[in-house]
Amino acid sequence: MSYSDLQAEAVPVEPGPAASVRGRSPFRLAWARFRRDKLAVVSLVVLALMVAFAAMAPLWASWTGHPYDATFPKTALDVDGQPVGPSRHFWLGADQLGRDVLVRAAYGARISLIVGVVASVLASLLGVAVGTLAGFVGGWLDTLLARLMDLTLALPYLLVAIMLATTFQISSVFSSLTLTIIVIAFFSFAAFGRIIRGQVLSLKEKEFVEAARSLGAGNLRIMFVDVLPNLVAQVTVLTSLLIPTSIVFEATLSFLGVGVRLPMPSWGSMLGEGSDVFQTAWWLLAVPAILLLLTTLSFNLLGDGIRDALDPRSERLIGKR
Amino acid sequence: MLRFVIRRLLYAVLVLWLVSTLVFVFLHVSPVPVERVIGGPRATTDTLAQIRRNLGLDQPAIVQYGQWLGRLVRGDLGDSYVNGTSVTSLIADRLPTTLWLVFGAGVLWFVGGVATGVFSATRARGLGDRVATLFVLVGLSTPPFVMALVLLFLFSTELGLAGIHWFEAGPPLQEHFLQRMVLPWIALAFLMIATYTRLTRGSMLDVLGEDYIRTARAKGLSERRVVYRHGLRAALTPVVTQFGIDLGALIGSTIVTEKVFGLQGVGQLVYQSIALGDTPVIIGVTLVVTLFVVAANLLVDIGYSFLDPRVRLA
Repeated sequence: MSYSDLQAEAVPVEPGPAASVRGRSPFRLAWARFRRDKLAVVSLVVLALMVAFAAMAPLWASWTGHPYDATFPKTALDVDGQPVGPSRHFWLGADQLGRDVLVRAAYGARISLIVGVVASVLASLLGVAVGTLAGFVGGWLDTLLARLMDLTLALPYLLVAIMLATTFQISSVFSSLTLTIIVIAFFSFAAFGRIIRGQVLSLKEKEFVEAARSLGAGNLRIMFVDVLPNLVAQVTVLTSLLIPTSIVFEATLSFLGVGVRLPMPSWGSMLGEGSDVFQTAWWLLAVPAILLLLTTLSFNLLGDGIRDALDPRSERLIGKR
Repeated sequence: MLRFVIRRLLYAVLVLWLVSTLVFVFLHVSPVPVERVIGGPRATTDTLAQIRRNLGLDQPAIVQYGQWLGRLVRGDLGDSYVNGTSVTSLIADRLPTTLWLVFGAGVLWFVGGVATGVFSATRARGLGDRVATLFVLVGLSTPPFVMALVLLFLFSTELGLAGIHWFEAGPPLQEHFLQRMVLPWIALAFLMIATYTRLTRGSMLDVLGEDYIRTARAKGLSERRVVYRHGLRAALTPVVTQFGIDLGALIGSTIVTEKVFGLQGVGQLVYQSIALGDTPVIIGVTLVVTLFVVAANLLVDIGYSFLDPRVRLA
């Protein structure tokens, strides 16, 4: 541990007449460290704005009078049938069918954020369940689950994801949104579960588990009281770093036309639909691309900040140190 | 050693069998009605049934599976439902494009990533390192297909590409090879360069902190020699390992790049086949792509076990 790490660990003590020492919870210590990370705080603000932008989607639609799937051939297309660029009526321009890009981008933000967060949380729940079970129970169950995760990782995930999305969309058992979330969670849980399994295997051998066992604690109690709480920090970090990956996954599937189904707008499908006319209508590329990049960048920085705050000794993913 | 290799080989075969069986099951549980694709919208029920009979689709799934497996053992991947061409020849036609795409991008990202990583590590916490970190930051957050679209937007006029569907007709690969490949290479390599910069930088910093580096410096060797001969050589081992794995895995994820730049590789082949419900082609491509993943992992494992005998016990 370097000197700067120690400094980061040190709790600033306010010198006072009666400097009483108060214990701080791990959460407050982490929050204090997080607040000093400027990049992470900025990204948190950006994400808050993005959430607001997404939440306001119906408001954008009613203010502009442009529902997300309505076309406005008279005002949004010029005499040659080309979409108009950013203007007073269409702040971020219109697409080639004459729909409002701003309103569609706001609805797209909803899809991205919902899919990103829900799929990541689902993947982490599944990963923790499978990883803990494999690591803790051991024996044939461990062999089976570990091999299952290896197999999932060996699958060409994009290819199989497209296949799953296509075949299940035709039988339409799920809505396209639910299906996309399930597909993404399925292909993300294995990497997660493998890490958790390793952690549980090493935690299981720790002295405090031995102590608990000698006090007569049963397996279930050890699992929930001694092992799982020790995984909270790592699970939080991994989940937050999984969100940008899931967002990109959704955008890629929707770009290929097998993610969230049209006419529901997603940043990915907006990029896919507009790709023929980018040369004349640059805003069709710029708006979803910049929003997408901004979101993934912010989530990456935020995840990095959370990692730093919860576990100051770990190496940062990106950013300075 | 031999036992280790044999065990890994058997495991690889098992994985291939399981993956292809999984795909077979997926496609039978919820198939795209291929007879509708072939027969067209106005085909009668009789015609549709006839098509199904011709393709052997009227038989129970387990019989179809047995026939397919029997052919597979003899190295035959079957024929396409849609146009009757043998799947092996379809894949053989398309594979070179994908391989060129992946290997070109691989060279680019390996050289680019290692160079930037070394640059960053030798200037740790300096201005150059900060700039490189900023690049890594943006690189890791840029989805490859967005990068591809942006490159196409910026350079398509200069390179004479007329947009996303220019190569839909599919001229032979040799025609304007570099001109057509340079943008896909960059698009595919961009995110990987960022990953490899981070990987190399971390590994370099670890190695440069070792005692033998101090010894080399104390001997009075030039900084250049210390960094490149003593440092980089040791630091590259984990990077090369990762490179092997990524290269194999990437062969299955070129779909988007191929689609944006209109390259006719296996990615486009499988993408089109999925939409058509052309099961033999889908399974065939999945199998070939998984073969690359498994082979890359196998080579890395075996290579590693030569370098570090402890791995063999695991």
